Amino acid sequence: MAAVETATKVSGINGGKVMDVLTKVPVKEQDAKIRATNFDEVCLGYELEEAIAEATRCINCKNAHCIEGCPVSINIPGFIQKIVEGDIEAAYQIISESSALPAVCGRVCPQETQCEGVCIRGIKGDPVSIGKLERFVADWACKQGIRPEGAKEKKGKSVAVIGSGPAGLTCAGDLAKMGYDVTIFEALHEVGGVLVYGIPEFRLPKEEVVAKEIENVKSLGVKIETNVVVGKSVTIDELLNEEGFSAVFIGSGAGLPKFMGIPGENANGVFSANEYLTRANLMKSFDENSPTPIMRGGKVAVIGGGNVAMDAARTALRMGSEVHIVYRRSEEELPARVEEIHHAKEEGIIFDLLTNPTEILVDENGWVRGMKCVRMELGEPDESGRRRPVVKEGSEFVMEVDAVIMSLGTSPNPLISSTTEGLEINKWQCIVADEELGRTSKEGVFAGGDAVIGAATVILAMGAGKAAARGIDEYLSNK
Amino acid sequence: MYKIIRAEKLTENIYLMDVEAPRVAKKCEPGQFIIVRVDENGERIPLTICDYYRGRGTITIVFQIVGAETLRMADLKAGDSFHDFVGPLGCPSELVHEAKESLQAKKILFVAGGVGTAPVYPQVKWLHEKGVQADVIVGAKTKDLLILEKEMEAVAGNLYVTTDDGSYGRKGMVTNTIQELVDAGNTYDLCVAIGPMIMMKFVSILTKELNIPTIVSLNPIMVDGTGMCGACRVTVGDQIKFACVDGPEFDGHLVNFDEAMKRQQIYKTAEGRAFLKEKEGNTHHGGCGNCN
Repeated sequence: MAAVETATKVSGINGGKVMDVLTKVPVKEQDAKIRATNFDEVCLGYELEEAIAEATRCINCKNAHCIEGCPVSINIPGFIQKIVEGDIEAAYQIISESSALPAVCGRVCPQETQCEGVCIRGIKGDPVSIGKLERFVADWACKQGIRPEGAKEKKGKSVAVIGSGPAGLTCAGDLAKMGYDVTIFEALHEVGGVLVYGIPEFRLPKEEVVAKEIENVKSLGVKIETNVVVGKSVTIDELLNEEGFSAVFIGSGAGLPKFMGIPGENANGVFSANEYLTRANLMKSFDENSPTPIMRGGKVAVIGGGNVAMDAARTALRMGSEVHIVYRRSEEELPARVEEIHHAKEEGIIFDLLTNPTEILVDENGWVRGMKCVRMELGEPDESGRRRPVVKEGSEFVMEVDAVIMSLGTSPNPLISSTTEGLEINKWQCIVADEELGRTSKEGVFAGGDAVIGAATVILAMGAGKAAARGIDEYLSNK
Repeated sequence: MYKIIRAEKLTENIYLMDVEAPRVAKKCEPGQFIIVRVDENGERIPLTICDYYRGRGTITIVFQIVGAETLRMADLKAGDSFHDFVGPLGCPSELVHEAKESLQAKKILFVAGGVGTAPVYPQVKWLHEKGVQADVIVGAKTKDLLILEKEMEAVAGNLYVTTDDGSYGRKGMVTNTIQELVDAGNTYDLCVAIGPMIMMKFVSILTKELNIPTIVSLNPIMVDGTGMCGACRVTVGDQIKFACVDGPEFDGHLVNFDEAMKRQQIYKTAEGRAFLKEKEGNTHHGGCGNCN
């Protein structure tokens, strides 16, 4: 496409004015008041001309920091230049070389601390909206039915991948592209791991986005068997010795919820964020016709300040509840992405910061009736570098609530490690694996993602899945 | 898809099915459970394994109609399929890990209540195959709700059937029979009680007095069944356990039954509405508390 044409379109969306190169092209979102009552996606994404306009802001650095900032090293300036040229299909193939799930990453990656965090444009003005551009390209390719390119030659060796979340799908996709015969084993009835049970529909649509990305991985020849709980239905040793797999990748995530250990925590109406989100997302309880029930309405306290806490809070809001985020540190320390906090506030979530529950109060029928809390203040920095919250003397008070959702983080499920001899784990139940190639203490067994590093992000899990695919290829090539 | 090979109505509202699930049949042991889904929109329903045939690759499940989903399950016939069938989940019964000699030296009493007879059966059968004759008490509300009597008779040492209303066998609760057996001079090294939560509670209270170590199998609300959601958490002694991965069997003398029973009520209203909607369909005429 000619540059002149592009420029015309660019000026077009700015009402004929010359575009301000320091400011990113804003992305359309559903109005906060309306979206607080539905489960449709919040961010609506760029149109073609908006994407091209934003793409022209990229200065195509020779030494592109953004590539280093990306856990899967996408050739970011490369695909952005293709958008500028109007060749979206080429842009998609460039992204696909590095990422199996671009439509997912464009939506849920913390770009502000990765690619966009190191973008040169960001020194003076807004960084290029790399995430929104990635999303645009992936959505466009999906609509056009364009698929990633598969392997030319088969290797004749089989690899088992445990878990169909971001780590497993990425590892499987990369291995399939290299020519391996890959089977994914998924414990749940649905494929996608945290993408389907954890992240809500309004952030990551399941049918239009997740299912399509999974179809792309399948189109590379990857087989998927659901309802197989490795460690229970079959062991890793059986996969290697009886079912003919030459290597195994463990991408089983961090699925075990944590509770606070305070009195009253087993009361009716206290849920782990995992349970609440799994009901809403995987079991589709947000739809009243789903046979799986969920608590609706009332006043809900979500304990914690991470992305999962924001997801649970925003889900509860959409189920008709008044929602409070209760977090023991201050706003500055909230671990959630800035965008999520911003969206949550816009939608009407109330933030009770520097507040910590000490007891769940229970009525005579076993239901939550309130929560005893204390106010906190920040003291000296602790080992994490964040200022340690300390209890304010005499600050105890009761918050009346009908339900409490515990969102305090998760740890890896011991089902696999406890049934696999010779697989080393650390004191946090995480599988020990090297970062470079995902090798574990057991020959032929590789691991990555939350199962190794504990609860983290989709993109870090994908990076680990990629590394392990390289590790498995190296291992099987030398075998 | 998981094909149903056999579907039988055992009593008014209890059904038995053999389901093709080779991976589960190959690995399962007595005491474990599975999760089943009727169709692609179905709820995940946990059910204890009643029997298994490794050669044929089938699992036998027994369930009672308690809500909308089990009502839909009851409609399925031989030749139909379940959309999902996953397992084996949970830990096998502790008996499975014990040496044959030590088991043979033990006097074991099983207490089964209602549909809980189904998960008791594979344990008694497994012991029978090891040459261990266990005493079994089967309790039911009334004669028509009694299940698997013949099957149990074939594998039990002594079988005592009791009905609450005396319509068949002895009259009274299972706890009456336990007391009578002990009064008659029987001694037991272990009691395994599986049935409604309230029955397991009272059996545990009695066996504690009688000093008989007791194992119960809990069936709390759960979603994934793999340790992910924590809905099935239960207080055992001073610890919080997840029934799906730490259980389903626990020391009956340590389980907080009152809490566990309350937790089973969490979705009662929602389930009741769904049940009425499913059962009465377009003929729904009110009374659910949620319609006009």
